[in-house]
Amino acid sequence: MFKKNLKKNNVFVTYAIVVVAYIVVEALLLTGNMSSLMQGLLVPLCTYSLCAVGLNLCVGYLGELSLGHAGFMCIGAFSSAFFSVVMQDAITNSIVRFIIALIIGTAFAALFGFLIAIPVLRLNGDYLAIVTLAFGEIIKNVVNVLYIGYDSTGWHISISSQQALGLAEDGTMVINGAQGITGTPHDSSFTIGVILIIIALIIVHNLTNSRTGRAVMSIRDNQIAAESVGINVKKYKLLAFTISAAIAGSAGVLYAHNLSTLTALPKNFGYNMSIMILVFVVLGGIGNFRGSVIAACILTLLPELLRGLSDYRMLIYAIVLIAMMLFNWAPAAIVWRQKLKAKFKKTGEEA
Amino acid sequence: MAMLEIENIEVFYGVIQAIKGISFQVNEGEVIALIGANGAGKTTTLQTITGMISPKKGSVIFNGTDITKIPGHKIVGMGMAHVPEGRRVFSQLSVLENLKMGAYTRKDKTEIEETLATVYKSFPRLEERKNQPAGTLSGGEQQMLAMGRALMSRPKLICMDEPSMGLSPILVDEIFNIITEISKAGTTVLLVEQNAKKALSIADRAYVLETGNIVLSGDAKELMNNEQIKKAYLGE
Ligand SMILES: Nc1ncnc2c1ncn2[C@@H]1O[C@H](COP(=O)(O)OP(=O)(O)O)[C@@H](O)[C@H]1O
Ligand SMILES: [Mg+2]
Repeated sequence: MFKKNLKKNNVFVTYAIVVVAYIVVEALLLTGNMSSLMQGLLVPLCTYSLCAVGLNLCVGYLGELSLGHAGFMCIGAFSSAFFSVVMQDAITNSIVRFIIALIIGTAFAALFGFLIAIPVLRLNGDYLAIVTLAFGEIIKNVVNVLYIGYDSTGWHISISSQQALGLAEDGTMVINGAQGITGTPHDSSFTIGVILIIIALIIVHNLTNSRTGRAVMSIRDNQIAAESVGINVKKYKLLAFTISAAIAGSAGVLYAHNLSTLTALPKNFGYNMSIMILVFVVLGGIGNFRGSVIAACILTLLPELLRGLSDYRMLIYAIVLIAMMLFNWAPAAIVWRQKLKAKFKKTGEEA
Repeated sequence: MAMLEIENIEVFYGVIQAIKGISFQVNEGEVIALIGANGAGKTTTLQTITGMISPKKGSVIFNGTDITKIPGHKIVGMGMAHVPEGRRVFSQLSVLENLKMGAYTRKDKTEIEETLATVYKSFPRLEERKNQPAGTLSGGEQQMLAMGRALMSRPKLICMDEPSMGLSPILVDEIFNIITEISKAGTTVLLVEQNAKKALSIADRAYVLETGNIVLSGDAKELMNNEQIKKAYLGE
C-alpha cells in the first residue's frame, strides 16, 4: 500500500515538473527573454520528449530494443501532414484539424507498429534491434520515393516520379517524393506539445501500473515464467510495442505541423534519430519516463546553449553524456543517490 | 477416465524429431514420474502438454477436453500449472509479487489470499522472505518460489520440470517432501526428473523416456527393482 502511494507521488512530481517548466518557458516568452533560436527549439524539444517516452515503454517496460522508432515518427508525420494539407481549406479551425491529424498520425503509426511487431517480436535482443533498424530505414526510403497528387479525375499515386503521376493542369501535388510535403498548416505549438507530453505520461503511467502493465513487465523479466502463469505473451508484447509506436507517431504529428516543408531525411527520420532518442531513454533511465523527458530536453538544449564555445561544443556535450551516464548507472552513484533520498525523507518526516 | 491422456504425440524441432509417438495417462490423485537421461525429451513432452509447443501428431486430453491446439496461457486457467525447468522466477519482483503473479488467471481476491496462506504454510521460507526480490533468493528458495507460484493458480494438475536440478541433497529431500505434501493435499502431480531414484521413491507410477520413446513403464516400486533401471538410472 505504502509503496503504491509513493509511486503515485512520484507520478505527480513528474507532472509538476512539466507544468513548472511550461510556466517558466511561457513567462520567458511573454517577457521577451527568449532568443528566437531557443523559441525554435521548443516544439522539437516536445517532439523528442514524446518520442523518448514512447520508446521507453518499449525498451524499459517491454525490454525490447527498438532502433526504428524514428520510422514510426516518420509515419505519424507524413500521414498527418498529408491529411492537414488536403483538408486545409475544408477544416478551417486549426485545433479541430490538428486533433483529427493527431488521431490519424497516431493511428497510422500504431497500425505500422502492429504490422511490424508481428514478425519482429518473434526475434529477441540484437536481432530485434537490427530488424527494427531496417524497418525504420525502409519507411524513410519509401516515403522518399512516394508521389501522391490529385486533380479533377481523382487521386494519383506513383513510386517512380512526379511525371509518372500524369496529373492534369489543375492538379495538386501532396507528397512530392524527396521534396516531401509542403504547405502543412502550422498547427503545432509549444502548448500543444506540453499537453501531448502530459497525455502520453498519463497513458504510460496508467498502463504500467495496471494489470496489463504487470503482464508486460513480467514478460520482460522472464518470458517462460510469464507464459507459465497464464499470460498471453504474444498479445501483450504486441500491445506494448503498438502503443510505443503510436506515441512515437504522435511525436511525428507534432513535428510535422511545426514545419511548412516536411521531408524524410536521415537527420530527422533516419536511424541517427532513432539512436538519439535511445540515448535520451538510456541516459534518462530505462523505465523512467520522467528521466526520458528531462534527458531529451537537456541534451537537445545543450548543443545550442554551448554554441558560443564553438570548437569545444561537442567535447562538452560528450562529457555531459558521460557524466549523466555515470550519475544514473554507476553503482556508487546509485548508492549515493539512495542515501540522499533517505536523508530528504527523514528531514521531511521530522518537519 | 484419466485426468490427463497423452495419445501418440510426435514433436519436431525443424526436421529433428524429439518425440517419436508416445502415449501415457495420469489419473486423478496420482504422482507420475517421467524419467530419462539428459536430452531424452522430457522437457519437450512437458511443454507439449502445457501448450508451450504444439505436436505435429497426436493429442493431449485434459479432463476430457482436447487441449492440443489450445495455447499455453489458456491452459493455466483450466487447472493445469507448469513449473518450468531452470527456476524461472520474476527476478525483479518480490517473492510476494511473484506469488501474486501465479494467481494471474484468478479474480477473487479473498480466495487468492486463502491460497497464499496455504502456500506460505507449505513454504514457510517464502513468507519470511516475502518482500525480498526473487533474484536474490538461493537456488533452492527460487525453486520453492516457482512451485509456490504454480500452486497459486490452484491447479488440479501440477507439472514440474526437474525441480531437483542443481540442488544440494538436503534441499532435494526437502523439495521432494513438499511434492509429496502437495500430492496429499489433493493435487495431481506430473514430475519430470533426471534424478530417477528420488522420483521413483515418491511416485505411484513412472514412465521411462529414451530418445523420444517410452521404453518402460509401470509401478514405481517395481521399476526401482528392475535390473535394467538399476543399471541405467540408479547407478547400482
Ligand atoms: N529449441 C530446440 N531446438 C532444437 N532442438 C531442441 C530444442 N529443444 C530441445 N531440443 C532437442 O530435443 C531433444 C529433447 O530435448 P529435451 O526435451 O530438452 O530433453 P530433456 O528435457 O529430457 O533433457 C534433445 O535432443 C534436444 O537437443
Ligand atoms: Mg529438460
